[in-house]
Order: sequence, then structure tokens, then C-alpha cells
Amino acid sequence: MMLETAFTPFYSLAGGALIGLAAVLLMLTTGRIMGATGILAGILQPTSLPDWSWRAVVLLGMISGPGAVLLITGQLPAVQVPVSTIMLVIGGFIVGVGVTFSSGCTSGHGVCGMARLSPRSIVATLTFMITTAITVYLIRHVIGV
Amino acid sequence: MRLIILYFIGLIFGVGISISGMANPARVLNFFDVAGAWDPSLAFVMGSALVVTFIGYRLVLKQPSPLMASNFQLPTRRDLDLQLIGGSAFFGIGWGMAGFCPGGALPALGTGRIEVLIFVTALISGIVVVKILKSIFSTRSLAQV
Repeated sequence: MMLETAFTPFYSLAGGALIGLAAVLLMLTTGRIMGATGILAGILQPTSLPDWSWRAVVLLGMISGPGAVLLITGQLPAVQVPVSTIMLVIGGFIVGVGVTFSSGCTSGHGVCGMARLSPRSIVATLTFMITTAITVYLIRHVIGV
Repeated sequence: MRLIILYFIGLIFGVGISISGMANPARVLNFFDVAGAWDPSLAFVMGSALVVTFIGYRLVLKQPSPLMASNFQLPTRRDLDLQLIGGSAFFGIGWGMAGFCPGGALPALGTGRIEVLIFVTALISGIVVVKILKSIFSTRSLAQV
């Protein structure tokens, strides 16, 4: 199923700038990479209470994001899911397996690692951008779901 | 105090993700669907996040240490291995199926939508399964030594 979405360059530029600002502030305060995979994995497999608590609090802040947007704009951010539940489950599981092996996702490799010009992150980002595009093409235009 | 600051850093990330469109699978999938309902917004998200992080990291990493920790914890590996590339490729397949990546889905939990909860549960299952398998294999290889 395809849903048209409006092109919103200014919201996207502002959103991206805030994502970057959060990454810079986390590095400035804790010296850590702002990666969703790393933060989540560290919560699931804690090494110490201080290590667990900073991740849990950052995650709590992330989850408060839509609520803050609701307070400011009067609207929750749009979440339109054009795929079936089974695709969410299989896709989610595959994402979990993939990011555990690659040690990072769009935030950790795609933003923080690329900004450090890390060769591993550049290769990781190019790889997942290509396989995502191929998957979307196959699902929408070849299989035609 | 430290945890309050970290909460707000997570919140900035969550608001950024929310207004950028990264929490919206329809928009994410349309970004990758160049052959169909293409929505280029996410290029603006990645672009501005990268510019801000690139400049910010350069300023921050000139400091002798972070403000609330003894040292910066940056990944040091530079080698490219199968786990990185295969894991990234796998992540992209899942991202293309579901439309959520971890950094988009965690803030989206705050919208209370059941689809996000389903994706994140599957994501956590994938992470946990790989971690358990990895620990079984590493104990085995230790036992053989």
C-alpha cells in the first residue's frame, strides 16, 4: 500500500538540526555516541547502574518527544503505517538482528559515525541505504504489495 | 542534575525525530521509493543532522574531556568485516519492510500507537536472540580452547 506524503523540507531541516544538536550535546556531556541501537542494547544488557540509568533517561526523553510536539503544536506527529502487522513483526525482527551485528543504525552510523568520517560507518550507511531501497522497490514494484 | 540534563538531550532527539518525519513509516518508505511516490524530505533530515553533528563534534572533541565523564568513548575500529556489512544489509531489508528504524521507532513509542509497540517488541526480540546466540557461541569457542 502506498500513501502519498507531502514534501516538507523546512520541518525536515529543523528536525535534522535537532537530531544533530542532541548528538553533539550527548558527546559534550557524556562523551558518548547518540545511537538508538547502542542505547537500547545497553538497556537490555546492563553493565552497571550508572551505565543503565543514563541510557534509560535518554530513552525516556526520546519517548517524550511526540508529547512535547503535541504541547507545542496541538498535534501528535503523524505515524502512518502502510504495511501489514506481519511485515512489522518480520521487519522489526530483521532490523534487530541486523543492527546487533552491524553495531549501529541510522543514528549511530548514519549521523554520528558519518560525521566522524568513520570508514566503517560510511560503508554501513551506504550498505543499508542500498538494501532498503532495493527492498522497497521489490515489495512495491515487483511483488506489488 | 546529570540525569535531568540527559533527559532533555533525549527529548531534543525525540522532538527532532518527530518533526523530521523519521517516525513516520509512510514518509520513510516514500523516500526510498524513487520509482513511485517519492518524497525527498528525509535527505534534508540526514543533511542537516550531518552538518550540525560534523561541526559540533569538531568543537566538542577539541575539549580535553566531556563535561560529565572522564573521557570520550569513541569507536576506534577501522576494519571492514562481514558482521558490519552483512548486518547493515540485513538492517536495510528490515527497514524497507517495516519503514521504522530504531531511532525513528523509539521516539514514536510516545505516540502510543500499537503498530510502534509491535515493531519495537520485534526489534528487541531480534537484538536479544542474536545476543543469546553470540554468548552461546563465544562460551563454546572458549570451552574448545
